[in-house]
Amino acid sequence: MIHFDNVSKRYAGSHDALKRINLRLPKGQMAFLTGHSGAGKSTLLKLIAIIERPTRGRIYLDGVNLNNIRNRHIPYIRRNIGIIFQNHHLLYDRPVFDNVAMPLVIQGYRHKEIQKRVRAALNQVGLLHKEKAAPITLSGGEQQRVGIARAIVHKPALLLADEPTGNLDPDLSRDVMQLFARFNQVGTSVLIASHNLDLIRAMGTPVISLQDGKVSNNTLPYYHPA
Amino acid sequence: MAWLLNHLQVTLASLGRLYRQPIATLMTVAVIAIALTLPISLYVAINNLSQLSAHWDSSTQISAFLYPQVNKQQAQILVGRLRLNKDIRSVKLIDKQTGLAEFKKTSGFNDALKFLNTNPLPIVLVIQPDIDSAQPLKTTQLLQHLQNENQIELAQLDIQWVKRLFALLEIANRSIWVLGSLLALAVLLIVGNTIRLDIQNRRAEIEVAKLIGASDAFIRRPFLYAGLWYGLLGGLLAGLLSSFSFMLIAPPVHRLTLLYHSSFQLSGPSLSQILILISISCLLGLGGSWLAVSRHLKDIEPV
Ligand SMILES: Nc1ncnc2c1ncn2[C@@H]1O[C@H](COP(=O)(O)OP(=O)(O)O)[C@@H](O)[C@H]1O
Ligand SMILES: [Mg+2]
Repeated sequence: MIHFDNVSKRYAGSHDALKRINLRLPKGQMAFLTGHSGAGKSTLLKLIAIIERPTRGRIYLDGVNLNNIRNRHIPYIRRNIGIIFQNHHLLYDRPVFDNVAMPLVIQGYRHKEIQKRVRAALNQVGLLHKEKAAPITLSGGEQQRVGIARAIVHKPALLLADEPTGNLDPDLSRDVMQLFARFNQVGTSVLIASHNLDLIRAMGTPVISLQDGKVSNNTLPYYHPA
Repeated sequence: MAWLLNHLQVTLASLGRLYRQPIATLMTVAVIAIALTLPISLYVAINNLSQLSAHWDSSTQISAFLYPQVNKQQAQILVGRLRLNKDIRSVKLIDKQTGLAEFKKTSGFNDALKFLNTNPLPIVLVIQPDIDSAQPLKTTQLLQHLQNENQIELAQLDIQWVKRLFALLEIANRSIWVLGSLLALAVLLIVGNTIRLDIQNRRAEIEVAKLIGASDAFIRRPFLYAGLWYGLLGGLLAGLLSSFSFMLIAPPVHRLTLLYHSSFQLSGPSLSQILILISISCLLGLGGSWLAVSRHLKDIEPV
């Protein structure tokens, strides 16, 4: 699903955030990305969503070399990815339903189909009864789950999450992680950046560890260090 | 079909957005309307004046003074010939006696003229040209043609003042286009700036939309429609304002022209002129939002 081939990323006027990364995430696989703050977790996820471009090396998504994707074709790549990033909150000027429906509206789904899929997505995150609620009236955990529903409503092949449990208590965190595990069970590839080591250990999922922009450890089954 | 439906939805949604910020929307629309009312009103006013002058021009006549030795019979043959000319609508012959009588009546030289034992006045032909006022050159040609007639000593047309008026109207006309272009540019910038602020206010929404794979066209659409709405509403208001202004000043203008025995009626902008105004306004709105969108949307990327 994801293949990093000798990828480096240097931000303008900064040091290398990622150094010669090689890794493969097979289709249908779930994995955690860990590492201390500043290790390069967010950067790695952003490269996959083409929010940033690599300075060196190649990234393949489902066999497609992302270096060859022109800017105006980025939207079509992103439509295959469900993205749950910390700083992309819900839109507070519209109800939960409309927030979750956004990916479908963007892709021109019909009204009936949108209704069906949004309800299904909200049902999966256990918030079907909140579809008319304003996001501001929801708890932090509920808002996070609405964000997840928005990321999976169009059934993407890959889910990327950056610190999805960042500000949730342990119980809620476990619920959210189990939600990801359930999407993975139905075939979605999942990559989650998190430094919640206790929770990661409890999940028994492969872990890619980053340290200062390098892969320091990788428990993915098909991993062959370069 | 789904595509059309989406466009319709976006159109209504952007109108709804304007409706939810009534004060801001009204301000923008009012500024657009005022900027457009000025040139359209001047344009219509000058159009009115041109029509007035055209009316005067077509009523200009040529006086042809015949040589003194030409007698009435010869003159009548000439009149017959001139009537065949397609540039001449009518010819009226004023013989020596009639001329003298008129002269006595209007000049006050009645007593002095009694001492003359011969009539010094020539026969005069009053010729009404049948020439479109838009072709002043043809009038000059007709004048030349008359001048070349053997029996005509002098053919005279007081066209100078008409020419001057035309020249003035031409200047006014050009000025309006200059003024209109400047104000159109202003409308473009007003809409552009309003849309720019709108884009800034909806930054979060745009970032999320880009992150979940919205195409540039999709993100552009609501802003372009907003610009179109601004243009449409501004154009409509400008049409109303200018029509209303003309309705206000028409009665006094009518009273004024009555004093000059003219039946001139000031007419406000016509329906087709208003429709053209609204179309231009819509284009300006769309253009302004296009400017803002193409400059500012690409600055917003998810981080
Ligand atoms: N936009 C940016 N410009 C410059 N440097 C950045 C930018 N984003 C991240 N970095 C730097 O890159 C390194 C990796 O950051 P990041 O990927 O956010 O780490 P993590 O998510 O693991 O905390 C850090 O040293 C950070 O300061
Ligand atoms: Mg991070």
